[in-house]
Amino acid sequence: MAKKLMKGNEAIAQAAINAGATHFFGYPITPQSELIEFMAREMPKVGACFLQAESEVAASYMVYGAAGAGARVITSTSSPGLALKQEGLTYMVSAELPAVIVNISRGGPGLGNILPQQGDYFMCTRGGGNGDYYHPCFAPASVQECADLIVEAFDIADEYRMPVLVLGDGMIGQMMEPVEIPEYKKYVPNKPWAADGNHIARGVHNRINAMDLAADVLEAKNNKIQAKLKEISEKYVKYESIDVEDADLVLVAYGTPSRACKNVLKKAKEEGLKVGLIRPISLYPFPKVAFDKINPKCKAILAVEQSCGQMIEDVRLSVLGKYPVEFFGRTGGNPIIPEQVFEKVKNILGGTK
Amino acid sequence: MAVVYKKSIALTDAPLTYCPGCTHGIIHKLVAENLVELGVYDKAIGVGPVGCSALCDFFFACDMYIAGHGRAPAVATGIKRTHPDKFVFTYQGDGDLASIGTAEIVHAAHRGEKISTIFVNNAIYGMTGGQMAPTTLVGQKATTAPYGRSEEHCGKPIRIAEMIATIEGAKFVERVSVNNPANVRKAKKAIRRAFELQLEGKGFGLVEVLSTCPTNWGYSAVNALKWLEENLIPYYPLGNYKDY
Repeated sequence: MAKKLMKGNEAIAQAAINAGATHFFGYPITPQSELIEFMAREMPKVGACFLQAESEVAASYMVYGAAGAGARVITSTSSPGLALKQEGLTYMVSAELPAVIVNISRGGPGLGNILPQQGDYFMCTRGGGNGDYYHPCFAPASVQECADLIVEAFDIADEYRMPVLVLGDGMIGQMMEPVEIPEYKKYVPNKPWAADGNHIARGVHNRINAMDLAADVLEAKNNKIQAKLKEISEKYVKYESIDVEDADLVLVAYGTPSRACKNVLKKAKEEGLKVGLIRPISLYPFPKVAFDKINPKCKAILAVEQSCGQMIEDVRLSVLGKYPVEFFGRTGGNPIIPEQVFEKVKNILGGTK
Repeated sequence: MAVVYKKSIALTDAPLTYCPGCTHGIIHKLVAENLVELGVYDKAIGVGPVGCSALCDFFFACDMYIAGHGRAPAVATGIKRTHPDKFVFTYQGDGDLASIGTAEIVHAAHRGEKISTIFVNNAIYGMTGGQMAPTTLVGQKATTAPYGRSEEHCGKPIRIAEMIATIEGAKFVERVSVNNPANVRKAKKAIRRAFELQLEGKGFGLVEVLSTCPTNWGYSAVNALKWLEENLIPYYPLGNYKDY
């Protein structure tokens, strides 16, 4: 397929349709509205089901119902909407249901604003609902990566019977770039566990349930979830790493701020500073292994986020005190400006050599 | 020997977890018998609630779900939109449907989802131990209304059947009771009609079933039936509210 100029929101929607998504349930919220509108327009054309729910809570349970019935299902939202969907998400993890959830994040806390922000890192990577769980979370930094990660998210969700979250900030949802969407593939479900009303032929009734009253049964379920997460953590670590082997300072940033950081790397090179970059693509599992390759004499790590500092906790857990970890962040929807980050880099390294 | 009665094949052999004298068992039976008699058991998918019947996925022999609290109509929507040719029902209590799940039930009805809802109203939260429900009568005592429900403080009980009947997408709404054999027979008929309506593709159907909670009401099984008749039925009139 030829490259096409698309918004991130539209690329996600088209990629989901081409990945064979059979169902979309969602609720309007800025800045992901193009996504739900694209689905409403395009899904019926391939015989897929688009339905606007009465709330994000209801949308997440429509996803639960459709996923349990064997559908390839996706929902999208933005930050306050994801908070509401957490109830359905923890049920899906417990009931072992595959689904893709997209969060095009905006300013917070509360209703915040509709500008890009990365304040949902904890909610997206820590198992944002009740109980003891995580789920995979991927963060694209380009429109092309939006499309590619959505396709993969569906497959990982099916492989592990688990919801997979794709986290893009409002900037990536709204900006346009050339993108090549993978070809359309009809989805053929193979889900013998699904409760699809075929209990007579199957000879046993399937139950989709997020409750286990007996202590040992619930513990066994928790252990099973953890075992799946362990395997995912070994198999689906994704990151980009630039010049970390001889860096005096390594920037860490995901999503669109990582692009500002690439400009910082250019400026640093021009001024003779050795600055590297780690860009986590999988936020859960966090790419701890990327930090093993950093120059042992590196002076500092600088986490750059459009937040008050959330990913920085995973950075600290990855370097375990081996390097000092500094922070640069903006909130309220203010963008990461390369010049400002570079100033911080120079301060840390003690001025330009 | 001639078989004069046998348990419906739409029910499993799992022992019911309901309290002695509770009428959930009767309502399960009516649902199961209708599924079989209408020939839809082999394509039925049920959605249970959070509450006393949160274990009904063990009791109904067809494919089953348990939804989050109040969310059964949303789950049923997802299922029906995936398998429009299957038969989908929800089974919900009054804490589930009439309190935390009002948005989901109203909008499933509003969209005219082709599903059937069995709404079991016993005017109290049973599983959590007898707390006040939106359906608890004025003056009725509950653990969170220890002096009796006050209209001034928390309003009058909500009438779900009447409310749902005002929604365009709801095509069949009836309130029944299972307090005596005559009413049990009427309840079975109403459930059958709601199920038929789904099969005909007409839209959403709801049957509200007045039910007892001897444990949390604090009555014997027999006195609970009497209390239902003398107190619940006058406030929640039985009868059909809509039939397409």
